Amino acid sequence: MALSQPKDAGVVALIDALGAVSDTGCLAAARADALTRVRATGLPTRRDEYWRYTRPDTLTQAEVPTAAVFAHDDAPMFGEIDQVRLVFVDGVFDPAASDDPALAGIVIERLAEVQQRDIHWAKEVYGKLETAGQTPVARPLAALNTAFATDGIVLHVTGKAGKPVSISYLHENDTSDAILHHVIRIDAGADLTLLEQGPGAARLNKVMEVEIGDGGAFHHVQAQGRDHERRAVTHTFARLGTESRFKSFTLTVNGVMTRNECIIELTGDDAVAHVAGASVGDGNFHHDDTVFVTHDALNCESRQVFKKVLRNGATGVFQGKILVKKDAQKTDGYQISQALLLDGDSQFLAKPELEIYADDVVCSHGSTSGAIDTDSLFYLRSRGVPVAEATDLMTLAFLAEAIDEIDDPALAADLLSRLQGWLARRRS
Amino acid sequence: MLEIKNLHVKLEEEDKQILKGVNLTVGAGQVHAIMGPNGSGKSTLSYVLSGRGGYEVTEGAATLNGTDLLDLEPEERAAAGLFLAFQYPVEIPGVGNMTFLRTAVNAQRKARGEDELSATDFLKVIRAKAKDLQIDAEMLKRPVNVGFSGGEKKRNEILQMAMLEPKMCILDETDSGLDVDAMKLVADGVNALRDAGRSFLVITHYQRLLDHIKPDVVHIMADGKIIKTGGPELALEVENNGYADLLEERV
Repeated sequence: MALSQPKDAGVVALIDALGAVSDTGCLAAARADALTRVRATGLPTRRDEYWRYTRPDTLTQAEVPTAAVFAHDDAPMFGEIDQVRLVFVDGVFDPAASDDPALAGIVIERLAEVQQRDIHWAKEVYGKLETAGQTPVARPLAALNTAFATDGIVLHVTGKAGKPVSISYLHENDTSDAILHHVIRIDAGADLTLLEQGPGAARLNKVMEVEIGDGGAFHHVQAQGRDHERRAVTHTFARLGTESRFKSFTLTVNGVMTRNECIIELTGDDAVAHVAGASVGDGNFHHDDTVFVTHDALNCESRQVFKKVLRNGATGVFQGKILVKKDAQKTDGYQISQALLLDGDSQFLAKPELEIYADDVVCSHGSTSGAIDTDSLFYLRSRGVPVAEATDLMTLAFLAEAIDEIDDPALAADLLSRLQGWLARRRS
Repeated sequence: MLEIKNLHVKLEEEDKQILKGVNLTVGAGQVHAIMGPNGSGKSTLSYVLSGRGGYEVTEGAATLNGTDLLDLEPEERAAAGLFLAFQYPVEIPGVGNMTFLRTAVNAQRKARGEDELSATDFLKVIRAKAKDLQIDAEMLKRPVNVGFSGGEKKRNEILQMAMLEPKMCILDETDSGLDVDAMKLVADGVNALRDAGRSFLVITHYQRLLDHIKPDVVHIMADGKIIKTGGPELALEVENNGYADLLEERV
């Protein structure tokens, strides 16, 4: 395969730093193809419209910006929930800390092992959804990930998984640069809950490709850790079959740079996709949710619910799009992005988009930013609730619509207590 | 109980004097009513006493059992025993009515150095009080005042008052927007709370509410001052003749 000329010097520097692409095993072709694509497109720069509100330089530079390991004594997230726990430390799988991956209804493997085989089903998914997700907007950091991912989890869900699979990403090295790629296939009628937590590395590039068969269901809850200096770019690519369900919720607390992209394609009739996020940031926090939902089948429903609490100069970004193709009649699309600005220094940048080619659809979108409502605050205070507590109460109320997207009450309660902790720590 | 002396208040944002020397003393266990035409400063008085922002006290004092109210934050005034039933109760989406009330009750108990109420004890108390005001369990679960009818909002105010057990209750046009039955219900709720240690300041446009909540003293307010004080008969006089006579008398 002839390599095209790289577009910019940055891509050369980063590719050189990452070393050679693995050229054996069942994923070699996908990796080579991804490398060709990222060389052709180059890495994102500030001039790209898609990166207008987020500076990509620290995500694309060859040298990893240092992120001090953040010491805290928080109880492990979702610790009370029965789960199969898989652990990565700075992007390296830790078998000793992980549970035996045997679980009824699901086959759990590691990408590093799968890719050594000549034949494996993962070949049919790895890089495929990512490639499809490059149109109409290029996502070079996802292609880079497909080329260079060192490891990841490969899940084949054949029935109803007996308990959630959880992936913990620990961060112990202040210059770690992790590239992880997960591949998930959910068979027709099968069901999986995936939990993810932790910062992962000083810089984490994570891709997850999820293929959901007819009538299948995928529940996803992730929390990105509260390291102050960590950086992350994540892409979730999902393709949904007939009557399948996709529900994803992300909690982001702190982090100087987070870009979470979610690219969903509804390809089977009557499918449902909900993607939601709550993020809270203080100071030099930058958080970007970029979502692209494509309706390409009849009678599908999609919801995007994103809420951000920003203070002390923090920045929140939302770019959300609903694309309804010509034959996707009876589409029900909803999108809301809202920011609560706790002071005048913080900012929220939003770009909601609808692009609709079908004529029988219901689509709505809204985006707001504002301060705490002074009338409500006074009402609470007049009943004796101190101003700090009243502000917290209203902040949690603001986030409620996003948290309500989590089906499991135990998971929602755990996340809520983390948010309460974050708020309590910030009371002056 | 409540003592207001020569209170002058202007809007913070503009140079507009609203209260121009209000003097008022409400004794323990008494019910005082304030009547007056629109724009006379009745609601401003209630907001200034409860600590709402946007007003500037330029002169005078207000004390509750000797404590200087004007020096306190709104939540401290509440803990000191002041309660304002709002003319327009605020809707707060996302905050459950029950959570709100429990937070408020316990915050006040904490501020007074008392133990917090357990969830079970709180439930027991609130259920009994809600029942008296015909507030059903569903209303307690809903977000504060969201989707409540006018009557439900006012009953919710009285429920909060019953739960917080304040010493000095200010009712700002609690009768506005209520039909006859709802007004009776709200008045019964207020009357049930009357006792020797609790005082009320009832702000209203109409005599009708005062048929249900019998006042000891009636004040007429106009142009930022109390221009006349009398017994319950003063309210009847207003009902029959309007404010015009009283305002002329003053000139």
